[in-house]
Amino acid sequence: MSENLIEFNNISKFFGKVIALKDVTMKLKKGEIMCLLGDNGAGKSTLIKTLAGVHKPDEGEIVIEGKKTVFDSPKDALDMGIGTVYQDLALVPLMSVTRNFFMGREPLKGPPFLKTFDIEKANQIAAERMGQIGIDVRDPSQAVGTMSGGERQCLAISRAIYFGAKVLVLDEPTSALGVHQASMVLKYVVKAASQGLAVILITHNVHHAYPVGNSFTVLNRGKSLGTFNKKDISREELLGMMAGGEELDKLEVELEEMNRLNS
Amino acid sequence: MSDKAKSIASKKTSGQDERLKEVSKLRLLLNRPELGAVGGAILVFIFFGIVAGDTGMFSAYGTLNFLDVSANLGIIAIAAAMLMIGGEFDLSIGSMIGFAGICIAIPAIYWGWPLWVSIIFAFAMAVLVGYFNGILVVRTGLPSFIVTLAMLFILRGATLAITRLITGRTQVPGLRVLIENDPIAWMFATDTFKWLFTWLGSMNLIALRTDGTPLATGIPPSVIWFIAATLFATWILMKTRYGNWIFASGGDKNGATNVGVPVGRVKISLFIGTAVAATIFATIQVLDAGSADTMRGNLKELEAIAAAVVGGCLLTGGYGSAIGAAFGALIFGTVSMGIFYTDVDTDWFKVFLGAMMLIAVVFNNYIRKRVTESK
Repeated sequence: MSENLIEFNNISKFFGKVIALKDVTMKLKKGEIMCLLGDNGAGKSTLIKTLAGVHKPDEGEIVIEGKKTVFDSPKDALDMGIGTVYQDLALVPLMSVTRNFFMGREPLKGPPFLKTFDIEKANQIAAERMGQIGIDVRDPSQAVGTMSGGERQCLAISRAIYFGAKVLVLDEPTSALGVHQASMVLKYVVKAASQGLAVILITHNVHHAYPVGNSFTVLNRGKSLGTFNKKDISREELLGMMAGGEELDKLEVELEEMNRLNS
Repeated sequence: MSDKAKSIASKKTSGQDERLKEVSKLRLLLNRPELGAVGGAILVFIFFGIVAGDTGMFSAYGTLNFLDVSANLGIIAIAAAMLMIGGEFDLSIGSMIGFAGICIAIPAIYWGWPLWVSIIFAFAMAVLVGYFNGILVVRTGLPSFIVTLAMLFILRGATLAITRLITGRTQVPGLRVLIENDPIAWMFATDTFKWLFTWLGSMNLIALRTDGTPLATGIPPSVIWFIAATLFATWILMKTRYGNWIFASGGDKNGATNVGVPVGRVKISLFIGTAVAATIFATIQVLDAGSADTMRGNLKELEAIAAAVVGGCLLTGGYGSAIGAAFGALIFGTVSMGIFYTDVDTDWFKVFLGAMMLIAVVFNNYIRKRVTESK
């Protein structure tokens, strides 16, 4: 079993009488991209926060590299290599690329008690890292506000990787982006996975998830409808599962419309 | 390959240097928050150079005069600017000045404490007030505008009530005799570079009194504190981890918290900073005047915020500079003193102050748009 980088076994989370998550199981290997799909209210947010150490699961266990683990705080999750990129990205538009990249974890230099922010080193690392993604940061002291949405997303992901993430948890990374920007982000996600990271991609957009995912877990009303390998399931089947059975017909009509427009 | 494609390709191969040049020095300069204030200060000096150049405004004595006024304002403006960058306001600065004044004067005059103990007591009270402001804002999540507005009234009222209760009046004089031989008071009450001014006087390079001593006796302590505060604040903002946390806390509180910045602690420390700056201001003025007045510092908080805004601080936080605030204070100090040397009625000063602030806010807004939306 230890070939899995991270396992979520029968995780449940209750808020008073509300069952937010029930018996959710997920397993990820290195280099795997698992897409977590679900409509609004399906429990995605709760699951992310459980992954990130914000919530403690009421039932079930989290296993990382074969070892059972309990996250007491978001910092614990970070230390165990769970890098979560929230939807708001935790970037400050008015601050420079470098200052954002190292926000909260600034490299220091100098004697004790007089340590200063090593801005040269930080600039160099930030430019180097952004260069690896193919984003040419003309000047790492330029404000993040001047970057495009996709570039900002990539910056936030790159930051999580730089600070030691082994498992990347991405919350709706493409939801606010246009097609071009979204594909840029997805390309980077695939690249990160190919370098040995496990990626949990949370989205409600099957069109973005399907091309990049290796497996798909569908959440509906706090329960997992199962995990499917890509070869076992089609894009349409996934969509149908997400929305729930009754709306399937309606969706199929819409889907046909979309496919017709796409082709 | 078309010509256009070729030119793009050749641009790509020539690497990053090509693109670096596209950002001209001018553009980089335009993105600096203090640009407006530095430009404004230059304009102000040119204006008074022309209008009042031969009136003695720029003599050694006149220069030190407007520098002293600027420096006093600058000390609190810099602290206010740092707090604004951290995303909060402090409207209690002016009341804190009055409060700190009587914290020095009453123990020293009525309780017989040594002056230096009284000064330390005033600073301890400042830390307490700042901490209280900070913890209230951080814990309750209320706007700092409201919390510190309440503190403005509480402190001013308490200053007045306590002073009248203990002394029966609203002023506490008699401090001047205590300054001599005090181990701390000299830091707030001594002119520096006296030898230079004596020498300049003996060479007849600067104006002399009838007894032969120079009119300007030395650099006033406020100017030294002002320069030190500007350098210290700039070093903190630009060169330290804590400085990055200040920008982050003001720029996006939630984002900063998510990446591990202790936003609450940063904000509390900045509130302590404004209260301490107010106390430095109060100590210098009380020792200079030799007396504490319960109304001292009235409305100074608004002047400090105005100077910070003219200096490029955004009202929404996350952007600004200490150097900008210093130049903002220099503009106000120069104009408030310089206006005496012109034919203009001094009543017009507040009109200028308001107009200057409006222009600055419009300008800052434009800069922020450029910085955040220039793609």
